[in-house]
Amino acid sequence: MTTAMVEARGVRKNFGVIEILKGIDLRVEKGSVTCLIGPSGSGKTTFLRCINHLEKVDAGRLYVNEHLVGYAERNGKLYEMKERQTARSRLNAGMVFQRFNLFPHMTVLENIIEAPVHVLGRSRHEVIVEAQALLDRVGLGNRGHSYPQELSGGQQQRIAIARALAMKPKLMLFDEPTSALDPELVGEVLDVMKSLAEAGMTMVVVTHELGFARQVADQVVFMDGGVVVESGPPEDVLDNPQQERTKAFLSKVL
Amino acid sequence: MNSSREVTAVHKQPSVPGTREPATASGDSIPVVPLKHPVRLVLAAVLILVTLSAAWDVAVNERYRWDVVASYLFAPQILAGAGLTLMLTVVSMTVGIALGTLLAIMRLSDNPILSTISRAYIWFFRGTPLLVQLIFWYNIAALYPVIAFGLPFGGPSVVLGSANVLISPLGAALLGLSLNEAAYMAEIIRGGIRSVDKGQYDAARALGMSGGKLMNRVILPQAMRVVLPPTGNQVISMLKGTSLVSVLAISDLLYSAQIIYADNYQTIPLLIVASLWYLLMTTVLSFFQNKLERRYGRGFDSAPRRIRQPKTRTA
Repeated sequence: MTTAMVEARGVRKNFGVIEILKGIDLRVEKGSVTCLIGPSGSGKTTFLRCINHLEKVDAGRLYVNEHLVGYAERNGKLYEMKERQTARSRLNAGMVFQRFNLFPHMTVLENIIEAPVHVLGRSRHEVIVEAQALLDRVGLGNRGHSYPQELSGGQQQRIAIARALAMKPKLMLFDEPTSALDPELVGEVLDVMKSLAEAGMTMVVVTHELGFARQVADQVVFMDGGVVVESGPPEDVLDNPQQERTKAFLSKVL
Repeated sequence: MNSSREVTAVHKQPSVPGTREPATASGDSIPVVPLKHPVRLVLAAVLILVTLSAAWDVAVNERYRWDVVASYLFAPQILAGAGLTLMLTVVSMTVGIALGTLLAIMRLSDNPILSTISRAYIWFFRGTPLLVQLIFWYNIAALYPVIAFGLPFGGPSVVLGSANVLISPLGAALLGLSLNEAAYMAEIIRGGIRSVDKGQYDAARALGMSGGKLMNRVILPQAMRVVLPPTGNQVISMLKGTSLVSVLAISDLLYSAQIIYADNYQTIPLLIVASLWYLLMTTVLSFFQNKLERRYGRGFDSAPRRIRQPKTRTA
């Protein structure tokens, strides 16, 4: 079918009468980094949530790792998946949220091993070793026994990244991962994301950090009003935008 | 009073000069004179006096018949009654919480049939008096003399036995208390579930969880924190509410005391005996409630579990 990690064709999404996504076409190649930028309300976050089927797609086709998201296609009809099937298909992608969403009643280590042990059914002992390595990777090797609330926002977000990575996803989705952070904490999270990109992880990042997009992205996608206005390499979209709406947005942000 | 100086002495750290002097200006410790509360002292003295004299009055007032209280405190009949009260409480609360959790999840479900059933159940069992429900279960044999298991609309069935035998007074009491409690617990648990941040569902789903696993591992443990204090209330009011079952001639704690004083006319001393046992059981249950609250407050309490290393900043 396709070799892209994510492929969207005419993806639409409504909330009631309001049309949030008005036909998104997008390809994310394996091993590439895509940054979604655009004003708030443009549908970036909704699209990201569709990739993980946290939102149901209303029309169009969305493929992740060559599988249709949320539906099974048989005899020319789309059958909605059962919750359990959907849950299994979500294992392709790891997701990091704006507000971290760590489990507050578990320690950092328990947060990370929760899904590998209780969803994948792997041995606890084996997963703890991996979790410790992940904690070292995000620079928090000594915080395994802390509770999330005892950590700063930047630390919590790095734990959230480690938690998503523990499921060994093929794709990482980031929903404005630095928007809820104090300015001085943004750098530490972006550094972890950069090293992840360098290691070859496929990433889709909704962000307002244009500096990060310029440095790390292979593809920048500018969305506005539920459509992709412009997309391409960062030097094209960010430095030499062709569309008026892109120019207007960038002039306000920069 | 140079407490601040003592703090400095205890707080010996490898300090960078000029940083983190605790609570004193410019390094010199200035003696702090705390505000005095003379009125408070006088009031406290008066209150202690009043309390002591009242306690002394109660202790020496012979009409309380403390000797009778002492002789019946560990009477076998009273102990059996206390045991039965405790059993009724534990069983009804356990069934009530289990069924209440199920009803709460049903009520929050997307399935309109499940949520309507749950809503109707809660409406009915909260809306009718517990006393009526208890008497209803006690008299169920009048409506259904024989209990059978079988197909609806008069299809073939297997007779299980006479209702009077199957549903004893104790059975009727447990049934009434449990089913009634479930309705209240359902609302408490629903409130707890709804207090959990929506982001927790997103995070759990993104990690591949669904259904029961998502509920049991992520949502319910967090809901517990909100559910526990009102549940403690329910347990305690259930403990005392079980005295209602005396209408079904079940010898719980209060009924046992009543039987004894109906015989010897020592009404007040025996009510004191019963009250002492209720107080003791309430105290023990509150202790467990505290323990549970601490257990489920982990990760939420603002107080750190251990003293954190102070951050040393270089000026």
